[in-house]
Amino acid sequence: MCARETEAQRDSLITFSEVMLMSTFIELKKNLKKDMTGFPEIRMAITGDCATQHLATAVAGAAYEYGLNMSVFDADYDEIRAQITDPSSELYENRPEVVLIDMCTEKLYADFCNLSANERKNFADDKINQMAGYWEMLLSNAKCKVLQFNFPERDDRVFGNYANSIDASFIFQQRKLNLVLMEEAAKHPGVYIIDLNSLQSRVGVERFCDSKLYFAARMPYSTEILPDIAEELMKVIVAMRGCIKKCVVLDLDNTLWGGVIGDDGLEGIQVGELGIGRAFREFQVWLKELKKRGILLAVCSKNDEDKAKEPFEKHPEMVIRLEDIACFVANWEDKASNIKYIRETLNLGMDSFVFIDDNPFERNLVRELIPDITVPEMPEDPAEYLNYLKGLNLFETVAFSAEDAGRTDQYRAEAQRTKVRESFGSYEDYLKDLQMEAYAGPFDKFHYPRIAQLTQRSNQFNLRTVRYTQEEIEALAADDSYITLYFTLKDRFGDHGLVSVVIMKKEDGYAFVDTWLMSCRVLKRTMEDYIVNTIVSTAKSSGFNEIRAEYLPTAKNSMVKDIYKEKGFTETEPGKYICKVDEYKVRDTYIKP
Amino acid sequence: MSREEILSKVNDVFHDVFDDDSIVVVESTTADDVEDWDSLMHITLISEIESAFGMKFQMKDVVGMKNVGEMLDIIEKAVS
Repeated sequence: MCARETEAQRDSLITFSEVMLMSTFIELKKNLKKDMTGFPEIRMAITGDCATQHLATAVAGAAYEYGLNMSVFDADYDEIRAQITDPSSELYENRPEVVLIDMCTEKLYADFCNLSANERKNFADDKINQMAGYWEMLLSNAKCKVLQFNFPERDDRVFGNYANSIDASFIFQQRKLNLVLMEEAAKHPGVYIIDLNSLQSRVGVERFCDSKLYFAARMPYSTEILPDIAEELMKVIVAMRGCIKKCVVLDLDNTLWGGVIGDDGLEGIQVGELGIGRAFREFQVWLKELKKRGILLAVCSKNDEDKAKEPFEKHPEMVIRLEDIACFVANWEDKASNIKYIRETLNLGMDSFVFIDDNPFERNLVRELIPDITVPEMPEDPAEYLNYLKGLNLFETVAFSAEDAGRTDQYRAEAQRTKVRESFGSYEDYLKDLQMEAYAGPFDKFHYPRIAQLTQRSNQFNLRTVRYTQEEIEALAADDSYITLYFTLKDRFGDHGLVSVVIMKKEDGYAFVDTWLMSCRVLKRTMEDYIVNTIVSTAKSSGFNEIRAEYLPTAKNSMVKDIYKEKGFTETEPGKYICKVDEYKVRDTYIKP
Repeated sequence: MSREEILSKVNDVFHDVFDDDSIVVVESTTADDVEDWDSLMHITLISEIESAFGMKFQMKDVVGMKNVGEMLDIIEKAVS
């Protein structure tokens, strides 16, 4: 359930600061009394050097809005060191899936002031060593992810503007610390920085904190900002759980350019230097950056297709080109039907779509007919599109790999394959013609990020939906009690890259399939058969004559509920399967190793 | 805004903060009279009254108010 933006913003919120105000602290607090039956549970721990009780309340209340039943262990005041360094602490006893470290700038400043002038120059370096030490202890003592607040900037103005040239000034060291936090987080998979400093700079210090609350109760955040902080945390937490946006569906006229292509013609539409065209051009630059990050762009426009495509092909100032669009739909059907068509073509969950259209009628229609899709209420002035959409922070993610950048090409190749498929008499002929080649190998360090990312993202073809961080994947690869496999696939139209992951645990007398997931892009190419063949042969060569497997149902993975049965495994009890290696019949595929 | 109006609005804030519409606070009400009015609730109450009346308490008010009557004195002064 990530549809909160859509609901909360129906009341036409326009300016940036208003967007941030979704629920009040009191509303979040009241959520805790609501019925959460059926919500997935999540355990979080918070430890801080300030009063964290209200933050804990706000996060648990915000979790309800995302359809999660969150239990929070809120450690006592200023116990970070004790809770993290002692493996038998209450924090570890609570087996948190997520640990938040809440260190406040006020405390940081107090520490800084206790140092001599010489020590101050090394303040950021010393602090980051301490913090990275905490992270490493947490990661090794608990199977958890770590969320770390960075430090909202406060300049004590002791040196005035000259503080920027003084490495022993507080603001110098604090900014450096925020920078090295990013560098260290990049080296620690499983650690995620929550950018409170960015939040504070958006809303201003006045709104962000209430000094008397810190003096009276050691609360570094104002009551009014707690929902925003909770929101930032929840966005990262749901992204960890695989709930992320993967595709932006774009209207064209007055959304991607000013004017109406059908009326104004190629020379008349505004993009680039003409009229208000700079706003649209800048918007396109941003969309292209999203595309480079791996977000798919699709077009859904009420237009004749050739007219709609013309600006992409011929307009010199268009930033987005046809090859940037994974799926292009322009016709006179209603937009909800067209979006459903795009969804089927790209094979993604509806809740991973964002629909951007300047027309309130279309927005409402799509919201009405497709409840899961996110439809931002766009500002009237195209000059505000960008700030508004950036403010919503719709594209939170917890992983990035080199393959992301090429995702659009893969989907475009898929669209071509679909066209070829239509021209073949039989599906088998088509599969033969694809000239598919696969590779299977144990996890290696080159692929750790992509493997971890797939375990985070895959929802549909995922038998047990176990999520792994990159660090956990590394540990599995090195662990002799596991058999790990990744699969790549290519064909004559292009390379799909890494499409499937299998993890088997060596048990006494059998191998247990802990994880099997596959990208839906390569469904029904006999890749499933190739993988099962490989699972069986790999188990055999590791000395096992029995494989056990399991299907754990989620809201999204019903497509694979019978796959083990279909591939020749025997169901022993509901959702549990067994396969005797020497009785297994190797399945036919159209894939060459 | 009259003192009565202020008191009525303060009661609304109490209902909201404590999520209990049966609470009735009067001038002489203290923290001991309201179940759950602990130091944490006090902070929430302060913030919510501030936003309800569009005013700010000072720190001495946060730590020094002895009963609802004193709270009303401060609000009355700030909104007049």
